[in-house]
Amino acid sequence: MAKVVKVQTEFEGRFYEETIVVEGTEVEPWAPEQPLKLVGRPVPRVDGPEKVTGRARFTHDVRLPGMLHGKILRSPHPHARIKRLDTSKAERLPGVRLVLSHQNAPEIPWFRGQTRLFDTTVRYVGDEVACVVADDEETAEEALRLIEVEYEPLPFVVDPERALEPDAPRVHESQPNNLVNGEPEVYERGDVQQGFAEADVVVEGVFRTQTALHNCLETHGSVAHWDGDSLTIWDSTQHVFGVRFQLARALGLPLHKVRVIKRHMGGGFGSKNQAGKYAAIAALAARMTGRPVKIVLDRFEENLATGNRPATIQTLKLGAKRDGTLTAIFHKSILNAGAYAVWAPSASGPTKRLYACPNVRTEDWAVFTNLGPFSAFRAPGYVEGTFALESMMDELAKALGLDPLELRLKNYAEIDPITNKPYTTKGLRQAYERGAQLIGWAERAHTKRARSKGPKRVGFGLASQIWGGSGGPPAYALVKLNPDGTATVVTGTQDIGTGTRTALAQIAAEALSFPLDAVEVELGDTQWGVYAPLSAGSMTLATVGPAVRAAAEDAKKQLLDVAAQLLELPKEGLRVEDGHIATPKGERLPVAEVLRPLGNFQIVGKGARGPNPDDKNVNTFGAQFAQVEVDVETGEVRVEKIVAVHESGRVVNPLTIRSQLYGGVIMGLGYALLERRLDDPRRGLPVTPTLETYKVLTVADVPEIVAEMVDLPDPEANPIGAKGVGEPPIIPTAAAIANAVADALGVRVYELPLSPDRVLAALRGAQAKKDEEEGEEGEAS
Amino acid sequence: MAKAVRAEPEPELEVPVPVRGPERGPIKLRVNGEKHELWVEPRRTLLDALRDDLGLTGAKKGCDEGTCGTCTVLLDGKPIYACLRLAIECEGHEITTIEGLAQGGELHPVQRAFIEEDALQCGFCTPGQILSVKALLDENPNPTEEDVRRAVSGNLCRCGAYPHIVRAALRAAKGLAERPGR
Repeated sequence: MAKVVKVQTEFEGRFYEETIVVEGTEVEPWAPEQPLKLVGRPVPRVDGPEKVTGRARFTHDVRLPGMLHGKILRSPHPHARIKRLDTSKAERLPGVRLVLSHQNAPEIPWFRGQTRLFDTTVRYVGDEVACVVADDEETAEEALRLIEVEYEPLPFVVDPERALEPDAPRVHESQPNNLVNGEPEVYERGDVQQGFAEADVVVEGVFRTQTALHNCLETHGSVAHWDGDSLTIWDSTQHVFGVRFQLARALGLPLHKVRVIKRHMGGGFGSKNQAGKYAAIAALAARMTGRPVKIVLDRFEENLATGNRPATIQTLKLGAKRDGTLTAIFHKSILNAGAYAVWAPSASGPTKRLYACPNVRTEDWAVFTNLGPFSAFRAPGYVEGTFALESMMDELAKALGLDPLELRLKNYAEIDPITNKPYTTKGLRQAYERGAQLIGWAERAHTKRARSKGPKRVGFGLASQIWGGSGGPPAYALVKLNPDGTATVVTGTQDIGTGTRTALAQIAAEALSFPLDAVEVELGDTQWGVYAPLSAGSMTLATVGPAVRAAAEDAKKQLLDVAAQLLELPKEGLRVEDGHIATPKGERLPVAEVLRPLGNFQIVGKGARGPNPDDKNVNTFGAQFAQVEVDVETGEVRVEKIVAVHESGRVVNPLTIRSQLYGGVIMGLGYALLERRLDDPRRGLPVTPTLETYKVLTVADVPEIVAEMVDLPDPEANPIGAKGVGEPPIIPTAAAIANAVADALGVRVYELPLSPDRVLAALRGAQAKKDEEEGEEGEAS
Repeated sequence: MAKAVRAEPEPELEVPVPVRGPERGPIKLRVNGEKHELWVEPRRTLLDALRDDLGLTGAKKGCDEGTCGTCTVLLDGKPIYACLRLAIECEGHEITTIEGLAQGGELHPVQRAFIEEDALQCGFCTPGQILSVKALLDENPNPTEEDVRRAVSGNLCRCGAYPHIVRAALRAAKGLAERPGR
């Protein structure tokens, strides 16, 4: 029976009170020592053949008869009022079928009502002004240039510290200040003042992190098609059911009249967690023209308008006893949220919970500015916050004369410091130990001496990771058994490139005791699928996997019922083995043969994700170690090696999980060394919106990466024992590299990326300080 | 830091016909061994011609300005960015796209190696990566790891499959060496 319960859920490292529906499908967890046939094996991706042949169909590849193409006109101003908009010339261009703007589009609220689908005030360079729909893309682009807009420029602000001043221009006139939610988000436990008073050593630093762009290789986009009063949208999204919900609401449609499909997607990384304006515009335009409409953003638009990892300014202060025991932490973050926000970003997650510390105060000041709105980006806040916290931990270790690893173990949290609950599993200690072994932590002083030559200085650093990744209800699955012994798994989740299809196929085949190639997984379609949540927060496998297993167990039970009656044998003695019905007499009959008398029919197994444990925390952990070589003459940082060891419960597929570990580390490496959006503060204009100017790593930039899992099946977390792994591997990378650079140089760079100019500035600063001190000593003597 | 540009010189092109356009006109393309006649504007890129006119959507449009490599196809066996080439420039040349790689329902060894080594995640850059590796192996059947890195350095992968891509290329080279005749 469905039960409605109030729970505290964790998503992307933040806690929410939610009312959810839970269906109890009781399935005994796979015990850690239980031998499994398919789960835990390095099975190649089931959709590999589609992807290597070009057959995999992405949203970009959808082409429908009579399809039109939409192109969006975007604001060239960071803040302006539209005084006059004339689309008549554009409309007269042959091949143009429609121009949509505030003049003819319905007033649809967007970003929690902070703006509209087409607003008359624009609040960042890239804000949507109009959309041309034409026979082909080239014509639509030509028509954009024929739209005449007269803007009244308004005062704007792009610096978040300036935005906090009382006389700063306001991004949203209706709001009393530029803070998202109107006030900072404050968390406090214990007494921070007293904690600092008790400390023997206090260290403090100000850290800055850059705006980072997702740059998914498949840009955001949708294709909309109406059939009568039913809308079908192909969308490059991490959440087909979310897009359905959002578009139905925006267009005033009942949910069952909206179908959202996404078979394959060229990357999302958090930027495709919600429906974009382009989806709603495509749907409206398709309705108005009576033809399918495709809107695909170009790379430039992608980098203006689809989100970013917001820049932060973080002040962090740690107090500790001489033995390293933390007594207090204070962490204040200012986050540049851009023009709109549906939630407030925060960088304080790791500070609250990575270490056992009785006195903690965090403040997150999420600030509106006239820049492109932020969005979730692979472990939002945790990447930025871990850089600051783990850098500061190393400064504390230095001040105390302790080994950085020893300091972390000294403050190891045995229970979650926020909830005071124990963890179901916590493999961080194992990750530290294994990682230290793989990088040669104990021998690093020797390695540094041996390897540092001339201007090249070698250094070692480490950083830790905590994240959610428990997943949770609601999520559903069906397993349909066909009379030929094949099975179709149906669920409304989506594979965003992480290998969800493959892992779910393994889980279903394991539970059914069917061969893997007898199982097909159908995802990414709201009409066929049953509800599953968004693929984000490292929660897909731990959310949907148990539902699929439950559905498969249900189908297997029914199969055995049917087989027992057909074979006229007691059900208790029958088993399914590798696609066969095994009888007590030792017979092995193919399922297809047993079911043959029933002709054409189907067994439908149903499964739901059960609740998470009440009395325990489900989290993921990891540690990364970096070895770097820094040239003190050029300032260039060369990462020689990264060791990443993570614990996310049971490893369902060691092959695809290694891909995710590599992927996270590589993205973290780019963030640490290279990636940054540059903005022109005088014009409020991002100046690096292309892949020529915004550098992401190429294969040639990637060092040796050693990636391992602490395989720790977690039967208390859920019946498959797995937790998420999508985000954990990006979290500690930049921090580990920053610590290695500080170790190499003896001086710290407090700002990301760790670019040559900053390395040289830090060295010059240290030298100037040294000269000054020597000068003072000279005067004193 | 390496730049996302191709290091290999691109094949010389000859335009055998006088200036045409700006209206649509006929052009002939030879793609994956088949002849096609298209009716397009001269400004149509090879990428758009392949994707929109021929329905060969394996080559992707990640940037449309020669910075990402998802549109990589082979022109007379050499990898090029299809977004930087006009379709009319490609008349008289042999174009190979990812759709032309598997023969008789059997995957090319590079394709197989990409699956076996899990050299992909979302799969969007995969056709381009595979074609860059194929071009390398056709020219240099016994590449070093460095050769592979150089050959695919013009193909970005945002999921970070790079280590597995290098491994897949070396595996495919080994497999091809053991199976002469392909």
